[in-house]
Amino acid sequence: MAIKEDVYTRIFKIISYVIIIIASIACLLPFLLIISASLTSNESIIRDGYHFIPQQFSLEGYRTVFTFPEEVLRAYGVTIFTTVVGTTLGLFLMTMAGYVLARKDFKYRNAFSFYIYFTTLFGGGLVPWYIMLTKYLGLLDTYTVLIFPGLMTPFLIILMKNFIRSSMPEELFESAKIDGAGDFKIYYRIVLPLSTPGIATVGLFLALAYWNDWFSSSLFINDPHKYQLQYYLYNVINSMQFIAQMGAGTGVSLSNDMPTESTKMAMAIVVTGPILLLYPFIQRYFVKGLTIGAVKG
Amino acid sequence: MNQPMPKNSAMLATDSRLNGKRLGTGRKHGFFYELFRNRVLFLMLLPTLIFFFINSYIPMVGIYYAFTQFDFNTSLFDAKFVGLQNFRFLWQSGTLTKLTLNTVGYNAAFILLGNVLAIVLAILLNELRGRYFKKIAQSVMFLPYFVSFVILSVIVYNIFNYDNGFLNTLLLQLGGERVDVYNKPWVWIFLIILFYLWKNLGYSMVIYLAAITGISDEYYEAAKMDGANIFQRIWYITVPMLKSTFVVLLLFALGSIMKGQFDLFYQLIGNNGVLYNTTDILDTYVYRSLKVTFDVGMASAAGVYQSLFGFVLIMTVNYIIRKLNDEYALF
Repeated sequence: MAIKEDVYTRIFKIISYVIIIIASIACLLPFLLIISASLTSNESIIRDGYHFIPQQFSLEGYRTVFTFPEEVLRAYGVTIFTTVVGTTLGLFLMTMAGYVLARKDFKYRNAFSFYIYFTTLFGGGLVPWYIMLTKYLGLLDTYTVLIFPGLMTPFLIILMKNFIRSSMPEELFESAKIDGAGDFKIYYRIVLPLSTPGIATVGLFLALAYWNDWFSSSLFINDPHKYQLQYYLYNVINSMQFIAQMGAGTGVSLSNDMPTESTKMAMAIVVTGPILLLYPFIQRYFVKGLTIGAVKG
Repeated sequence: MNQPMPKNSAMLATDSRLNGKRLGTGRKHGFFYELFRNRVLFLMLLPTLIFFFINSYIPMVGIYYAFTQFDFNTSLFDAKFVGLQNFRFLWQSGTLTKLTLNTVGYNAAFILLGNVLAIVLAILLNELRGRYFKKIAQSVMFLPYFVSFVILSVIVYNIFNYDNGFLNTLLLQLGGERVDVYNKPWVWIFLIILFYLWKNLGYSMVIYLAAITGISDEYYEAAKMDGANIFQRIWYITVPMLKSTFVVLLLFALGSIMKGQFDLFYQLIGNNGVLYNTTDILDTYVYRSLKVTFDVGMASAAGVYQSLFGFVLIMTVNYIIRKLNDEYALF
């Protein structure tokens, strides 16, 4: 509007710009540091240390990563597989549960909501859970164990339920019923098509959790062929550190012709790449989904 | 378990009172009648119920392990019962006190700092004009939320490692001495909080930003007419309007005050024993006892303690809040 800005407003805005810009830069710099290191030759890193701009440009880090691409590709494969299967299955189950719990004429919805919610308040802890999955369900070293535990979280189910409840009136279900649609038909013909923003948000949460998961591999997988991408990276980083330290300790110079530092960073970029590339598109959905929910709150 | 539960989302807000009180009132027909009438709905919910039964409820039986001398070869109830011995060991070694203090301390700092700073950033960003600037700043600050904790550990290593980390490179160039950050336990208190904020601020900021966008412009116009300056407008309109979002997020975060952020701690600290005193939390201790030191009895005991302590804490907080203001209670 045409109201003139007063002095306070102007001062406030200048300070705001400064703080926001500093915060934004602080969020970006660490990425720059890794990208730069991945493009620097290993000797340069060891001699000069890490910099924001490569002191001695080199692609040897990436070359090393892709010399034996089988392992990286396999880890990629495992992660893509678990992410796709887990997200699809989890979304299907959670939208279904959300729909049932959102139905006001479903008498036990509160009891079942509490049954689900209670698991966030109290649990058996890590150890019994681990023993249960490994000893009694025999899931050690299976792909199932990478997918199963993350399928559903109470948070996302409740979120889905809220979304359905707030965006679809009960009358919609009732009229569909009068027209002769069954409960399941209402779900996949009416609820699913109308919940796109909710599905996108929940699906992204789920996919992100699967993609970034290293914990499941670390607990349940002994066979390196079945490592998820993140755990594979974790191992590469730690074992290279180990080798380097061993080399230093025994006086054997292993690290000189092995581009460990730059390889590590190149590996980190290769692992993060897809997310960084998809980020601009993903982010929009996330913000939209969060906004829908938050305004309702 | 493998999903870092995004605990502080306002999307849960509408359902903040999962109602246990009304259960079973006004029931005209029996359970089996309902079961039959809504059999399709029950069937649709069944996989979820089974999932949580297997993943959450059955392991609760395993609490019994905490009272036994664990042996992987025997089944649950064949294990030798030792009563509170595991707990006594934990208590006497001082581990329990240290772990509790660290866990609660860090999480309290995360919750308070995280929310307050997110509110401040959201308010600042909201006041700025320029669509593109706002959009870009928001995207950039949201970015760290998307990278994995493994990458975070690479970043931290990249900055702080002794031989060629960025910090030491910089210090040397400035004519200073190298610092061995990985040998200074107290520094990590700040580093862990700092990197928590780095990763999560953008996410919480978006939630608050959304809440601010929901505030009607009329309030601001009216305040302007009355001659309120920008600080007064923020303090008397924006901040009070964010109160309910804040309280809801706070309550949900409190629910996980005994857990949470395992990934952050484990990826940053790993098995670096030098730093345990200031950085060990219940989650990392339990994980290590299970995977590294194979101290299953102690791990179970610590796990049970964590669950019970957390449960009592939530119940107490919820009780107090219900006394103060019924609307905000969790259940």
